[in-house]
Formats: sequence, structure tokens, C-alpha cells
Amino acid sequence: MTYDPEVKYQKSHEWARKDGTLFTVGISDYAQDSLGDVVFVELPVTGKVVKKGDAFGVVESVKAASDVYAPLSGTIVEVNSKLKDDPSLVNKEPFGAGWFVKIQASNPSEYEELLSATEYEAFVKGL
Amino acid sequence: MVPFAGWEMPIQYPTGPIEEHRLVRRSAGLFDTCHMGRIRIYGPGATQLLDTLLTARLSDLKVGYSRYSLLLREDGGVLDDLFAYRLGEEEWFIVVNASNMEKDLAWFQQWARRGSAIPAKEGSAMPAAAGGGEPVNEWNTLLTSQGGATPVKVEDLSSRFGMIAFQGPRALEILTRITLDEGGKRWTPPERFGWSWVWMGKELLSEPPHVTDQRGASVTRANHLTHADPYPGVRCLVGRTGYTGEDGVEIFPPWDRTPFVWEAILSAAQNLGIEAGPAGLAARDSLRFEPGFALYGHELSEEITPVEASLLWACDLEKPFVGRDAVIKRKEEGPKEKLATFVMEDRSVPRAGYPVADETGKTVGRVVTGLYAPSLDAFAGNAFIVPDLAGSGKTIYIVIRGALKRARVVKRPLYKPAYRS
Repeated sequence: MTYDPEVKYQKSHEWARKDGTLFTVGISDYAQDSLGDVVFVELPVTGKVVKKGDAFGVVESVKAASDVYAPLSGTIVEVNSKLKDDPSLVNKEPFGAGWFVKIQASNPSEYEELLSATEYEAFVKGL
Repeated sequence: MVPFAGWEMPIQYPTGPIEEHRLVRRSAGLFDTCHMGRIRIYGPGATQLLDTLLTARLSDLKVGYSRYSLLLREDGGVLDDLFAYRLGEEEWFIVVNASNMEKDLAWFQQWARRGSAIPAKEGSAMPAAAGGGEPVNEWNTLLTSQGGATPVKVEDLSSRFGMIAFQGPRALEILTRITLDEGGKRWTPPERFGWSWVWMGKELLSEPPHVTDQRGASVTRANHLTHADPYPGVRCLVGRTGYTGEDGVEIFPPWDRTPFVWEAILSAAQNLGIEAGPAGLAARDSLRFEPGFALYGHELSEEITPVEASLLWACDLEKPFVGRDAVIKRKEEGPKEKLATFVMEDRSVPRAGYPVADETGKTVGRVVTGLYAPSLDAFAGNAFIVPDLAGSGKTIYIVIRGALKRARVVKRPLYKPAYRS
């Protein structure tokens, strides 16, 4: 199980990474491993405004459909179109090519409230 | 692991369900199906009883063969679907769904009692299975245990014999390396739906040598196997049946020897350099869906008759059986809904329970199976929908998170079983 130290997490298993002025968002290695084979990812249209905690997309594995929640408030400025053709990228590279969206944060201080890799790992191990 | 009808079952193994599915289609996969119910029905009148209870005609099935059938209530509702193996003229081995086991057993017992003034005796004292070093012939112990002229007996064998399915185009090639037939020769698989007694052991690299004992007499096949190793052989019932659309077998070893058979198969595959591995419940679901096999609780239930489920082919309406009149009536009236297989045209994942709508958004049915079908690389499913929209080529909409997603009704099967030419 990988806990990428370069990103921050929330308890619903999404991560966010500061990339310049934007935040890249995906789901954790723990999340993809729990879901199993991802077969479909439903993402919002760009321009959609989300609040921290809003469900902005759905990840569907062989087992189940799960909502994906925004770790930060802001505007969706980019979605990962590669997931359309190869949703298994979420399984293979959850912190890399398997990212979901990029958010222009309206309140970047929310990022600081997210869990560090160490805190998230401790949380997961307590589940 | 997930709870499944009271069993802890693996949904998937480490490679994941999609890879497991592909492994079965291209080579061979092993399924732990011990959760399924196994029932022995035997004694004078057993065949007649089953002919009365099951939709398929069993009286004309030859010993050595098996047949798919439904078990109906008087009102035509499907109690279960099952496989019946004919072990003898009046001896049957029935494999039913785990979730229906208690219900089926009670149903069979109730009818068996009704058919006779003398209540059937439940079970009988059995010697324990032979230990290591001796051939394990639990089946023989069982089959020689029946009394004389007794009424029909119904016996739950679920905890006495295990069940493993070994499926895929290369399954038999692997299996024939570790199997001997009743005569001690290399086992030749029976034809589709046939079954045979098989001695399963460790890998046999050549024909078994001719062995004589100290007095010069030919050693029986059982004794021959005894000399080989600590687990010289386990006598299993092996049916050339399955639930994947691939060639393969279902194996019924004595319960405590089931892990040995499992390991022996995987080890033989490895030694032969043939790809094989375990497959879980999720792969089992997609593998059975593609060739169009029903799964109880999805395509079948007590609220559905064989008419809606398009399973009239499994009903012999020429002979009397419980539920026949209801089936004939429903067939004549025409069903209110029909089972339709669909493939998504809008890329989205259908799931059991989602509503089906027409183009105006009006509900016209419900999804009972929805999944990613690896062999088609498509999202697909089965739904009960109004007959007008159930024909192949029709456009329907699956309501997914409030949105109408377009799908097309298609002909079954989506995957033609490999053994059907």
C-alpha cells in the first residue's frame, strides 16, 4: 500500500496535490485497492463549481459504484480524459496517470486542513 | 471475502476479476463452489418423484448424464434452478443454489414423504473417510449404504462432499494428467453433460505400471494407487458441466479432500506450464452472464415463471410436473414482462435494481444483472421489461443516477459457449 507523501488526503479517500495554482485530485491507493478493478469513471464537465465535500464524480468498479468527493472548493478546470478509454489507470497509477480532475481552488487554505500521508495512513490502519 | 448465503466467499483473488475472467476464457480457472447445495435423492420411486417435481424430463436421461432443470411452485414461480446427475436408475445427485438449499431440501423432503406412507429415514451412520495412505473412496461408502426397498430418501450431502469447478479451454488437458478412470487407465472425459467416477491424484507422468502383489495377483486400481504416495487417490464424481461458457468440469471430492484436489490441479498446471489460477465470485458472474446463463435471485425468483425468464426450453410441457398448468396458462396469456439482454450504447455502468425507461422516461422495467462484460469490452446486462421493448434491436434507457442512458436490446448469447458448435 502506497501513501504518497507529496499529496494530502481526506477521510473519504481522495487526495489533492498542489500543482502551481491548481490542485490535482484523485483517489488513494487504499481506495483503488478496496474498489478493485475500476471499469468506469464518471467525471463532471469543466467549469463546474464544487464545494468541499460535494460528490463531483463516480468511480465504478466491478464490485460497486462509489461517489468521489471534492477535497477542496473551487472550479473544475480540467478532467482526465484518459480515464474514459482506460479507467484501469486508477488502479495502476492512483497518484499519477489515474488522477481525476484539476480544481482552481476558491479557498486554498482548505488544503492545509487535509491529512498528511502519515495521518491518513494512521486513519486507514484504524479502519 | 464477503458473506454469501452464510459462506465466506472470495469476490476476487489478487489478479482481480477482469483478469480472472480472461484467464478462464483463454486457459483455465478454478472456482471454489463448495457453497452450493448438494442433495442425494434415491430409493425406489426417486426418478418418478423428480420427474414430477422438475420441469425437465429425467426418466429418459441415461445413467452417466446430467441435465439442467427448474424447480417450480404450484403457481409456476421458480423455486430454484439446478443440475441433476443420474447416478443410477433410482439414484440422483442434485446441485442447487446455496441461497435456496434449505428451501429446496424441505421441498424435496415434503414431496418424498407425501409419496409414501412410511416416512423417509434421515441420514445413516457412515464410517469416517479413510486417512492418508489409503485411497479415499467416500463415494463408495455412501453409495453402498442404501437399504433395500425403502421409500425415496432425501439426503443433504453438502458438508460431506465439496465442489470445485475447473473451467477453460485448457482445463481438461491439465486434469487428464492427474486422473485415472475406474479401470485404472488414464481418464477420458465424458461428453458434454456426462459425468464419470474419477480417481484424482498427483501428476501421472506415464500410464500406471502394471503391478502385481506378493502372490502374483494383479493389484486392483485402488491398491495400485495406494503404493504411489501419501494421497494416492481420491475418488471424485466429475461432471462435464459448468457455468462459464467454456469447456470444463465440476468436481465433487469428499469434503476434507477438496483442498487436496484444488492444490493437485494448480500444481499440475504449473508443472505443465499451462496458465491456470483461482477465480472468484465476480468473475463467475461475468463468465455466466456472457453465455446467457441465469443466476437465481437475478434472472430467476419465485415471482418469475419460466415464461418471463425465457426458460421454456428447460420445461417439458408434454409431461406432468408441479407448476406446469401455471406455466401453460402464463404462456397462453402472454407474459407481462420478458427477460431482455442489453448492451449500453451510452458508456455507463448498469447495475441490478436500476429502472429501465422508454425514450419518454416512463418506467418499462428493471435491471436484474448489470456489469462490465470483459469478453465484449462493453457494459451490458439483463432486464425484465415490457414485451414490446424486449425484442432485439429495440432501444431502451437505463436510469443511472437520474439520467437516461441509451442501451440496445440484443440477442442472447453475447458469448457463444465454446462447446456449442
